[in-house]
Amino acid sequence: MIEMKNVYKKYPNGIVAANGIDVEIKQGEFVYVVGPSGAGKSTFIKMMYREERPTSGDIFINGTNLSTLKNSKVPYLRRQIGVVFQDFKLLPRLNVYENVAFALEVIEETPKVIRNRVMEVLELVGLKHKARMFPTELSGGEQQRVSIARSIVNTPKLVIADEPTGNLDPDTSWEIMNIFEEINARGTTIIMATHNREIVNTIRHRVIVVEGGLITRDEDKGEYGYEN
Amino acid sequence: MKTRTANRHFRDSLKSISRNGWMTFASVSAVTVTLLLVGVFVMIMMNLNKIADDLERDVEIKVIVELTADEASITALEEEIKNTPGVAEVQYSPKEDELNKLVMDFGEDLRLFEQQNPLHNVFYAKAANPQETEQVAKKIDRLDNTFEVKYGEGKIERLFSFLNTSRNVGLVLILALLFTAMFLISNTIRITIVARRRDIEIMKLVGATNWFIRIPFILEGMWLGILGAIIPITLVTTLYYNIHKVVAPKLAQGNLFELLDFSPFIYQVNALILLMGVLIGVWGSFMSVRKFLRV
Ligand SMILES: Nc1ncnc2c1ncn2[C@@H]1O[C@H](COP(=O)(O)OP(=O)(O)OP(=O)(O)O)[C@@H](O)[C@H]1O
Ligand SMILES: [Mg+2]
Repeated sequence: MIEMKNVYKKYPNGIVAANGIDVEIKQGEFVYVVGPSGAGKSTFIKMMYREERPTSGDIFINGTNLSTLKNSKVPYLRRQIGVVFQDFKLLPRLNVYENVAFALEVIEETPKVIRNRVMEVLELVGLKHKARMFPTELSGGEQQRVSIARSIVNTPKLVIADEPTGNLDPDTSWEIMNIFEEINARGTTIIMATHNREIVNTIRHRVIVVEGGLITRDEDKGEYGYEN
Repeated sequence: MKTRTANRHFRDSLKSISRNGWMTFASVSAVTVTLLLVGVFVMIMMNLNKIADDLERDVEIKVIVELTADEASITALEEEIKNTPGVAEVQYSPKEDELNKLVMDFGEDLRLFEQQNPLHNVFYAKAANPQETEQVAKKIDRLDNTFEVKYGEGKIERLFSFLNTSRNVGLVLILALLFTAMFLISNTIRITIVARRRDIEIMKLVGATNWFIRIPFILEGMWLGILGAIIPITLVTTLYYNIHKVVAPKLAQGNLFELLDFSPFIYQVNALILLMGVLIGVWGSFMSVRKFLRV
């Protein structure tokens, strides 16, 4: 499903955030991406839906080569991938409901399907009662849950989450993990960057450790395994 | 694009208008001021143009026939004037008619001359293009049996050069005004879009195509244009209605020139104002959003 070959990324300011990454992730896998702050986790993730482009190397998503993908086709790539952004990226002028609905509107779903699906996922993340509120009226954790709701609302085959529990209290974090577990059980690939040792060590999945733009460890049912 | 997506864009653009409160107000104000200026200006220009046309149309060439010319040569001369290139129409006025005109203007005393009419027979000709009156007059002057050809030398040259300059100045002013308007408005709209640059970036990251993002902005520009046209249309219409009511009867007495009729002129001006508002709004949005779509 996802394949990276010798991916190298140097930002315009000279920082090398990926220094030769080779990795393969299969359909249906659940992968934790861990590593110290500034290690290159977000960069690694951003290259998958082409928010960032590698300086060299190739990335394949479902057989599509992202290096040669035309700009006009990028929206169609992004629709197959649900992304929970580290900084949420909610539309400030739209309320909770509209933010989540947006992901369905771009794929021109019927109003009925949109209404049902949006209420369904808002219920799932526990924000049904705040559907009419605007992002600025929400706490960080609530905004994060809206971002999660939006990422899964169109049932993508791949969900990429950048620290989806970063702003959540332990109880809500576990609830969110349950949601991810559930959609993973239905065959969705999940890639999750996290600093949450407890979660990684409790719900065991494949762990990819990124340090200094390199994958330094990659093991199935691994442990968080380093001090930060 | 599906109908429901079109509906969504439609609703979205309206929502954006109301949620962007003062930005909408700023843009609409800019459009309003500009369209008002353009509207008043077009109104003045079109009327000046009409007056110029009226004045031009009154310019005649008076061809005074030799006293010695007999009936046959007068008919021949008429034919020749008609065939002179650039002549639109010719009218014959025999010396009896000329005398009658004088009697009308200066009184019955002149009837004395009816026995021994000292006047010439006259042709009145008009040039197809009034601006070429002078050349046409000179050509007629070269024909046989013409005693004298008059066309208001000097006076009409000055009239024409005045009319031409004012027409050109008006055109330049309108163009300059339009250009400023476009600049002003696309700038205001750009500010509202810069404020939403992050929105555009997010929409793209969530899988929206460029057109999906662009269309609501373009529709929004259209609304701004339409909203901005309301006050100018109302004011220009009221203004012209009142001016026309006061000025037109006075001009009608002079019989020299008239204002353009209220209808259909005012509808044309209003349509122009509306069209320009929409074009400016749409164009401004389109140009401004273009820059931010490269995410
Ligand atoms: N847009 C950018 N321009 C320049 N440098 C960047 C940019 N984004 C990230 N970097 C740099 O690249 C490196 C990796 O950043 P990245 O965001 O991938 O780290 P991370 O592992 O996600 O960290 P964290 O755990 O804090 O989220 C950092 O040194 C950062 O300063
Ligand atoms: Mg990060």
